Amino acid sequence: MKILVGIKRVVDANIKVRIKADNSAVDVEKLKMVVNPFCEIAIEEALRLKESGVATEVIAVSIGSDSCHEQLRTALALGADRVIHVATDEVIQPLAVAKLFNAIVEQEKPGLVLFGKQSIDGDNNQSGQMLAALSGMAQGTFASEISIEGDEIMVTREVDSGLQKVALKLPAVVTADLRLNEPRYVSLPNLMKAKRKPIESISVAELGIDITPRLSTVTVLNPPERSAGEKVANVAELVEKLKSEGAL
Amino acid sequence: MSILVIAEHNNEELQAATANTLTAAKEIAEKTGSEISLLVAGGNCNAVAEAASAIPGVAQVLLADSPALEKQLPENFAPYLSELVKEKSFTYVIAPSTTQGKNVLPRAAALLDVAQISDITGIVDGDTFVRPIYAGNAMQTLKSSDTIKAMTVRTAAFDPADLTGGSCSVEKLGDAADVGLSRFVSEEVVQSDRPELSNARIIVSGGRGMQSGDNFEMLEKVADKLGAAVGASRAAVDAGYVPNDMQVGQTGKIVAPDLYIAVGISGAIQHLAGMKDSKIIVAINKDEDAPIFNVADYGLVADLFDAVPELDSQL
Ligand SMILES: Cc1cc2nc3c(=O)[nH]c(=O)nc-3n(C[C@H](O)[C@H](O)[C@H](O)COP(=O)(O)OP(=O)(O)OC[C@H]3O[C@@H](n4cnc5c(N)ncnc54)[C@H](O)[C@@H]3O)c2cc1C
Ligand SMILES: Nc1ncnc2c1ncn2[C@@H]1O[C@H](COP(=O)(O)O)[C@@H](O)[C@H]1O
Repeated sequence: MKILVGIKRVVDANIKVRIKADNSAVDVEKLKMVVNPFCEIAIEEALRLKESGVATEVIAVSIGSDSCHEQLRTALALGADRVIHVATDEVIQPLAVAKLFNAIVEQEKPGLVLFGKQSIDGDNNQSGQMLAALSGMAQGTFASEISIEGDEIMVTREVDSGLQKVALKLPAVVTADLRLNEPRYVSLPNLMKAKRKPIESISVAELGIDITPRLSTVTVLNPPERSAGEKVANVAELVEKLKSEGAL
Repeated sequence: MSILVIAEHNNEELQAATANTLTAAKEIAEKTGSEISLLVAGGNCNAVAEAASAIPGVAQVLLADSPALEKQLPENFAPYLSELVKEKSFTYVIAPSTTQGKNVLPRAAALLDVAQISDITGIVDGDTFVRPIYAGNAMQTLKSSDTIKAMTVRTAAFDPADLTGGSCSVEKLGDAADVGLSRFVSEEVVQSDRPELSNARIIVSGGRGMQSGDNFEMLEKVADKLGAAVGASRAAVDAGYVPNDMQVGQTGKIVAPDLYIAVGISGAIQHLAGMKDSKIIVAINKDEDAPIFNVADYGLVADLFDAVPELDSQL
């Protein structure tokens, strides 16, 4: 079984981003860029399925400018067999991500697609569900445990009320939550080796997909700032302050 | 123009998220002169539709009561929903930003070939909406060019609407097909007598500093005296102290109670993303440089194992 993994290049989660002076966008220039943390979990799961003999090939795919070669090399260093770069310099929204992936799915015919549950820049939480819709596959979102049983995949989902387990027909789309696994680290020698491996590239035009954004950004502003309040000396003072504010 | 709101429920009763979502829908309705229909989709969920018909400001309740929709599996629900939207020419389809809403709405939006706007926190006009990005470190205003607008609503950003006092009709819709792609297997619903995190007035949350699941009992005792819900940081959930449904943050639940008490939580941006809109924030942490103090209205630098029992005894 082939597994297709969606890898997005995003700003490192530890960086507090700044907004451009003209309020048009978040300024990501010169910031440290990484594989979206949820995509790291997705690729880790794919590699484990390969190591346990369930999967035969892991293919990582990233859509974006040439700079996402860096993240695809990370995927190779981690153990992906092949990587595909869908090249575009345009802003890509989830519906377009899903359409582009659907075209790749038609070419590669994977048995399973693993995505992150959300990208930590746009916080959309949509692309996996949209791809599942367009490709007619079942979807297991917020996955914290998966196992393949015959022609089905069992997915434990982290939902608001607790946990839900569903059985999905394969091929399916699964989106990884934080507790699906603990991703491994990339080793430097593997990263060096990955530099010599090929990256397959295909343009949006070659895939023949219309990616015109449906949503346009009007402004990007800072959220209302919260400032530090006061320190209280002890529990008694805390209780008194909260009572006087009517909070208790 | 007309608005379809998807009700959040468990086949027995409406859930709180529905009320906040309706407030957002009403704001759009006012700005665009639209009417609101509420969809109750599930299995054996007649009682929910009955209750929903008393919500003021809702023009009609649409009841889709069908075995294939009982667990709201998106493979069955999304095609049904997208057909309904087309058939009745809805121009807005709105769900709460719960795990259920996030699961089904993008699938339906893709079938309708429209974008989804996730987690709206503000409404500028009928086409223009505000939403947080980068874990709430930036607020983006977006304008949609789609004829049908699909969006999820961040419930913590809208007050709950009244759910009683009105009266409208219930229209029974046709059955949904089981498309045969997925099966519900089982669920573990966490039972608790405490209020739900997403609509509690007070929340007491614990982090890695709690050191064990057993120590969360200290927080539960305080919570019970205050009528509060208990939450947690990701570190506390990952360490297995408490179940996943208690996680507050960018990737857990987003809350905005009147009072949020963070105990043994450092205040990483991903945690702040889930609680920084709380009215009053209290932090109890032994590290005076912990970033949580930068957003806390009241900070107590103390060992939580002294401070929490003391707080308990003073309430
Ligand atoms: C993609 C991504 C998504 C994430 N999503 C979330 C999310 O949704 N929610 C979330 O919470 N985190 C999330 N995180 C994790 C986040 O970055 C932090 O790692 C996490 O919030 C830390 O939890 P903590 O504050 O409990 O633990 P720590 O950072 O370890 O802090 C523990 C605190 O307890 C204090 N302490 C220890 N002992 C005592 C004592 N005896 N008395 C008083 N104080 C004490 C310490 O001083 C310290 O400040 C996410 C991270 C990533 C990368
Ligand atoms: N540009 C992209 N390239 C590759 N995968 C992507 C891209 N955008 C989104 N994805 C996948 O979709 C998931 C969810 O993203 P989103 O819907 O933006 O929150 C990510 O974790 C990725 O797995």
